[in-house]
Amino acid sequence: MNHLHAASSSPGRPFLSPCVPARRPRPRLFQGLLVALACLGACKQTEKAESTATAALTPAASAASAAPLTVGFVYVGSRGDYGYNQAHAEGAKALTALPGVKVREEENVPETVAVQKTMESMINLDGAKLLFPTSFGYFDPHILTMAAKYPDVTFLHCGGLYTEGKHPKNVGSYFGYIDEAQYVAGTVAGLTTKSNKLGFIAAKPIPQVLRNINAYTLGALSVNPAVTLSVIFTGDWSLPVKEAEAANSLIDQGADVLTSHVDSPKVIVETAERRGAFSTGYHASQAALAPKGYLTGAEWNWEKIYTDYVTKVKEGKPWDHLVRGGLKEGYVKLSPYGEAVSADTRKKADEAKAGLAAGTLVIFKGPLQSNTGKEILAAGMSRGQTDIELEKMDYLVKGVKGSLN
Amino acid sequence: MTASAPIGAELGAGSSRRSLLGERALGWLEEVLPTLGAIVVSLALFGAFVALAGHSPLAVYAEMYRGAFGTWFSLQNSLLRAAPLMLTGLCTALPARLGLIVIGGEGALVVGGLAAGAVAIPLQGSPPALVIGSMMLAAMLAGGAWVGAAGALRVLRGVNETISSLLLAYIGIAIFNHLVEGPLRDPASLNKPSTPYIGDANMLGNLPGLDVHWGLAFGIIACFGCHVLMEHSVFGFAARVVGGNPRAARLSGLNVPRLVILTCCLGGAAAGLAGMVEVAAIHGKANASLLAGYGYAGILVAFLAGHNALGILPVAILLGGINASGGLLQRTFGLPDAAVNVLQGILFVVLLGSQTYRGRLRLRAARA
Repeated sequence: MNHLHAASSSPGRPFLSPCVPARRPRPRLFQGLLVALACLGACKQTEKAESTATAALTPAASAASAAPLTVGFVYVGSRGDYGYNQAHAEGAKALTALPGVKVREEENVPETVAVQKTMESMINLDGAKLLFPTSFGYFDPHILTMAAKYPDVTFLHCGGLYTEGKHPKNVGSYFGYIDEAQYVAGTVAGLTTKSNKLGFIAAKPIPQVLRNINAYTLGALSVNPAVTLSVIFTGDWSLPVKEAEAANSLIDQGADVLTSHVDSPKVIVETAERRGAFSTGYHASQAALAPKGYLTGAEWNWEKIYTDYVTKVKEGKPWDHLVRGGLKEGYVKLSPYGEAVSADTRKKADEAKAGLAAGTLVIFKGPLQSNTGKEILAAGMSRGQTDIELEKMDYLVKGVKGSLN
Repeated sequence: MTASAPIGAELGAGSSRRSLLGERALGWLEEVLPTLGAIVVSLALFGAFVALAGHSPLAVYAEMYRGAFGTWFSLQNSLLRAAPLMLTGLCTALPARLGLIVIGGEGALVVGGLAAGAVAIPLQGSPPALVIGSMMLAAMLAGGAWVGAAGALRVLRGVNETISSLLLAYIGIAIFNHLVEGPLRDPASLNKPSTPYIGDANMLGNLPGLDVHWGLAFGIIACFGCHVLMEHSVFGFAARVVGGNPRAARLSGLNVPRLVILTCCLGGAAAGLAGMVEVAAIHGKANASLLAGYGYAGILVAFLAGHNALGILPVAILLGGINASGGLLQRTFGLPDAAVNVLQGILFVVLLGSQTYRGRLRLRAARA
C-alpha cells in the first residue's frame, strides 16, 4: 500500500521534500535557510579569494596585453548567416591578418544583460582592450553601461549613434550610407525586370529601412519609370518562415526581382532562385545561394573601417568618434554583377555608382512625393547624403506599394 | 488523514531517533538520486558530443566551470542570468501543481514589461518608490491577467490551457509590438522603437555589494514564498488535491475554478514581474529586447525542478551557469553557440526520462 502510494503520486511531485502534508515542515525550512547561509558564506570567501587573485594578476595581465591587442567581436546572430552578422565577421576576419592583433568572437548574443556579460567576460577573461559589439540594439543601455564601468577599454559600435558630450569618451560609432549601394542595385533591378514589379521584404518601418526602400525604388525609377515596388514588413529582424512566405507571396503577385532588409536575406534569395525570380542582396554577398538569379547586392565593407580603427587604436593615435561614409569612402560596395545582368545594364549601373561616389548624383531630390501624395521635396530642393533630416525618414516614396502601419 | 497512516507506521517501526534520521536521509536520497544520476548521464552524453567535435570533454568542462561558477565574476554572471528564470519558472511550476501545463510565460513577461514601461510614463517626477511600486504592481497585474485568462478559459470554457497560454503569448507579443512601435513609442527612438526612458532615479539598480540586479532577490523571495504557499498552507494543499484528482477535489467541496484561476494569476504575476525587472533594472524602457525567450526557458526550468518552487532555485542557477559559460566555450574552443543548447536539450530529455524512476527507487528497507 505504501509503495503504491509513492509510485502513483502526481508528476508535480516536489523535488526536495515529499508532498505528504502531515510531515512537520519546520526543521526542513531551517535546513534550507542554513544551506542558504552557508552558500552566502562561501560566496563571500570566493569574493575575497577572487579579489586577491585579481590583484596579483593585474600587473602580469597588463604587461601581457601591451604586446598583442585583443579585439572582441559580438554578434547578435550567427556568423555564417549570409547577412548582417556575416558582413561583420568578414570584417573581423580581415583583422586577423594584422600583426599583433588577436580576435575573439562570440555569436548569437541577445540584446539583454547577456551582451553586457559577454563584453565583461571578454575584458576580464580574454584581456580585450577594443570591443566591436556589432548589433544596433547593443548600444543603449549595454555599451553605455560597460563603457562607464571600463573607461580604459574602447567600444566601437555599428549604427552611428554617438553624440558628442552625451556619451562616454571611450565610445565611438560608425555607419555606412548603404542607400547609395541600394540605389545602384535598384537601377539594376529596374533594367532587368520584365514584369516591372519589384518586391522588397523589410523587417520594420524604421528610418534606416525606409531609406533603403526609397533609395532602391528611386534607383529603379531613374532608369524605368514604369516600375512599381511592393513592400512587405515582417515585423522583426530574423523571421525566416515569414520571409519565405513574403517572398512567395510577392512572386505570386508578379514581382520578378526581390530584395530585402532583414538580418539574413538567405531564405529570400533562395526562394527567389527556386521560383525562377531574380534577386538583389543585402549586407553580404548571397551570390553563392542563387547562381542564376542573383543580380547584385548592397554590401557593407567593414574590413575597411575595422582595419582603420584597429591600426589607430593599436598605435595609440586618436580615432574619430563618429565615422560615416558611402561608396566614395569605400564603406559600402556592390556584389559583382551576376550573369543575368546585361552589358547595357552594367554600364548604366556603373554610371550611377560613379555619380554617387563623385557626389554629382543626389538620391533624394525634388520633386519628390510620398506614396500617400504628400510633397516631401519641392522641385529644385535636394537633401545630400549627410543631411540629418534623412535619418528621420517616415515616408515611402511614390512608386512604392505598401504602408507604414 | 490516510496519507499520514504509513508515516505513523514508519514512526512506530523506527525504534530510535537515529534510525529515524537515517530513514529520512535515505528517503531524501531516493528523491534526489534520479536527478543526480540524470545530470551525470547528461554530462557523459555531452562529453561524447564534445569529443566527437574534437575537443577534450574534461577541458571543456573545466572551462565551463570557470565560465559559470569558477570566479566571482562568473558566479555573479550565472546568478544574473538565473534571476529571470526563477520568476518565469514559477509561471509554469505553480499551475503544474494543479495539473495544468502552462507554456505561455513569455506572454506574461512581455505584457508585464509593457505595463511597467507604460505606467512609468505618466508617473515621471513622482518619488521613485511610488514609480517602482506602481511598475511592479502593473507588471504583476498584467502578467497575472494574461495567464489567469488561460486558467479561466480552462475551468470555465474547457479550453486546453497549454494551447491557449501559448496563443495568448503570441497575442501579447503582437500587442506589445503594436504599442511599442505605435502609441507608446518614444519619438526619439528612431531606429529602435521603445517606450520612453523611465528615468535614472527609477532604475532598480544592483543588490548591495553585488553586480547582480534586484531581480535575483525578487526571484529568491518569490520561490521561497511560493514554496511556503504550496507546501505549507491550506491553499497549497487544496491546490495539490486538485492536481491529484480534480473530481475528488470538487466532490469534497473545493472551489476548483477559483483555485485554478488564482494559481494561474500567481504564476503569471511572477513572469510579469520578470518583465518589469528587465525594464526597470536593465533596459530602462520596454522594447523588442524583452523578447529574449526567458518565458520559454522558464518551462524547462519548471520541468527540471519537478514543479517544486524551491527546486527552481538550483535549476535556474544551473541553467544560468550553462548560459554564462556558453560564450567562453565559443571563444576558447570555437564550439558553435548551439553547443550549450545541445547540453540543455540532453539535460532536459534525460532528466524527464529519469522522472520515471522517481518513487520506484527504494533504498529504505522494505516494510512488511
